[in-house]
Amino acid sequence: MRKIVLTAAIVLFVSACKREQRVFDPGAASSQTANGVALNDVHAGGAVPTANYSMFEESAYAVGEGKRLFSAFNCTGCHAQGGGGMGPALMDAEWIYGSRPEQIYSDIVQGRPNGMPSFAGKIPDYQVWELVAYVRSLSGQLPADVAPSRSDNLPVAKAEQARQKENPPDERPQKVQGAKP
Amino acid sequence: MMLLAIPGFDGNQSSLNPVGPGAAHIEFEFSLIFWITTAVYCLVLLLLVISVIRKKNTLDEFPDPLPTNEADERRMRFSVGLAVGVTVVLLFTMLVGSFETSHALGSMNPENALTIDVYGHQWWWEVQYPNNEAYKTVVTANEIHVPAGVPIRIHGTSRDVIHSFWAPNVQGKRDLIPGYETEALMQVDQPGTWRGQCAEYCGEQHAHMSFLMITESKEQFQHWLEKQALSSVAPADAKTAHGQQIFLTHACVLCHTIRGTSAGSRVGPDLTHLASRTTIGAGLLPNTIGNLGGWILNAQALKPGCRMPPNQLSGADLQDLLAYLETLK
Repeated sequence: MRKIVLTAAIVLFVSACKREQRVFDPGAASSQTANGVALNDVHAGGAVPTANYSMFEESAYAVGEGKRLFSAFNCTGCHAQGGGGMGPALMDAEWIYGSRPEQIYSDIVQGRPNGMPSFAGKIPDYQVWELVAYVRSLSGQLPADVAPSRSDNLPVAKAEQARQKENPPDERPQKVQGAKP
Repeated sequence: MMLLAIPGFDGNQSSLNPVGPGAAHIEFEFSLIFWITTAVYCLVLLLLVISVIRKKNTLDEFPDPLPTNEADERRMRFSVGLAVGVTVVLLFTMLVGSFETSHALGSMNPENALTIDVYGHQWWWEVQYPNNEAYKTVVTANEIHVPAGVPIRIHGTSRDVIHSFWAPNVQGKRDLIPGYETEALMQVDQPGTWRGQCAEYCGEQHAHMSFLMITESKEQFQHWLEKQALSSVAPADAKTAHGQQIFLTHACVLCHTIRGTSAGSRVGPDLTHLASRTTIGAGLLPNTIGNLGGWILNAQALKPGCRMPPNQLSGADLQDLLAYLETLK
C-alpha cells in the first residue's frame, strides 16, 4: 500500500515538472512589425497593446533574446548596459514615461523626445515584447527565477535576476496630502 | 583503399579524400594507424580461433603441478618475446608517424599566405578578406572562395559561443573561442567545392551551420574578389527600387548590410552580393528565389531558433523585395 502511494506521489510530482517552452515561431499576429501605439490609459479610439506579456516575462529564453537584441539593435549605444549615458538609466527606479510593460512598449515603438528614436515598422511585435521584458529585468521587476543569458563581458553589476526590485514611483503608495502619519 | 570504395568516403566532406597537404598528412597518419591496428586485431582473432580449435587439454585434465619440459618453455618464451617486440615496434611506428604529422602541420608557415578572417556566429559564418585599403575589404558569409595551390591563413574567433571550423578535405579542426583569436594554415590544391561544418556543438541549429570552400584558379579568384569589393548595384527599374525601399523600411535593415545603401548593421550576414552565393541559411537551402521568399517570410519554419524573425509582407512587396535581392550579384 505504501509503495502504491509513494509511486502515485512520484508520478504526480514528476508530471507537475513543467519545462520552459521556447517559442521560435511567434505566429502571424506577433510577427507583424510593431505599430500599435498607446499614449496613456485615457485615450480615444485605437487599441492599447494587449500582448500576453507574461509569456515573455516568465520565459528566460525570451528575456535572454531581449538581452541579445538590446545590444544588437544598439540600445546600449545610449542606455549602456542599463546604467544610462546619452539616454536615461534603465536600472533605477526613475521612469519618465512609466514602468508598466505597455508603457515601455510604447516608448520603443513611438520614440520619445530628446533622442529616443521610433522603431515602428522596424522590429517585429514579439521582439519588442522581448526587449520590454529585458528592460524591466534590469531593475529587478521580473521574478528571480527568470534569468537572461550570461553576459559576454565582465559583469560589473549584479546579474539581472539577482537584483533588488526597484520600486518605481508610480507603483509606490501615493502620499495623501495633509494626512498625519 | 578498401574504405575509399565505400560510398561517402570519397565525397566533398570527407577527411579520407584529402585535397590539400594538411589533410593529406592527417589522412596518411589515419591510414597508418588504421591498417596497423586492423592487422593486429585480425591476427589476434586468428590465433585465438586456432588455439580454440587445436585445444589439447580440458580444465580437468590439468595435472597439478604442471609438468614442464625445457623445449616447450623455450618455445613459449620465444613467442611471448616476439609478440612484445612486434608490439613495441608497431607502437613506435605509430608514435613516430604521429610526431611526423604534427611536425608537418606545425611547420607550415608561409610568409605570403592569403589571410581570410572567419567569425563564427550562431549559426552562420562571417567571412572577411581584409585589405589595407579598408574600402576594398570584402565581407561575405558562409562561402569561402580560395585560390587553388596558394597557402591560406584562416584567422578567426567567435562572436558568441564556441564554434569549430572544420573542412575535412582541407585541414583538421580549429576551435573558434569567444575572446580568443586563432589562426590555422591550410592550402587547397584541387579546384572544386569542399564542404565544411561547425564541429563544436553550439546550440539548436549546430547541424545547419555549414560552409563551402569554393576553390578556383588564381585568376578566377582575383576576379571574384574584385567584384565582391564593389558596392551593390543601384536599382535599375521601379520594381527593384520599390524592393530596395521595402528592405530599408522594414525589419531587414536592423540586422543586415547592403553596401551602397543606408543598411549597415552587422548583426546578420552581409547581403551586398547575396545573389552571387549558391546557398542561403548557412548551407541550408539552394539560393533560389522560392527558397529565399520562404526564408524571408518564415525562417523559423525552416531553421527553428535561428536569429532571423518571421516577416509579414504583402505578396506584391515580397515579389519586389525578391526582385531587388536577385539583382545583388
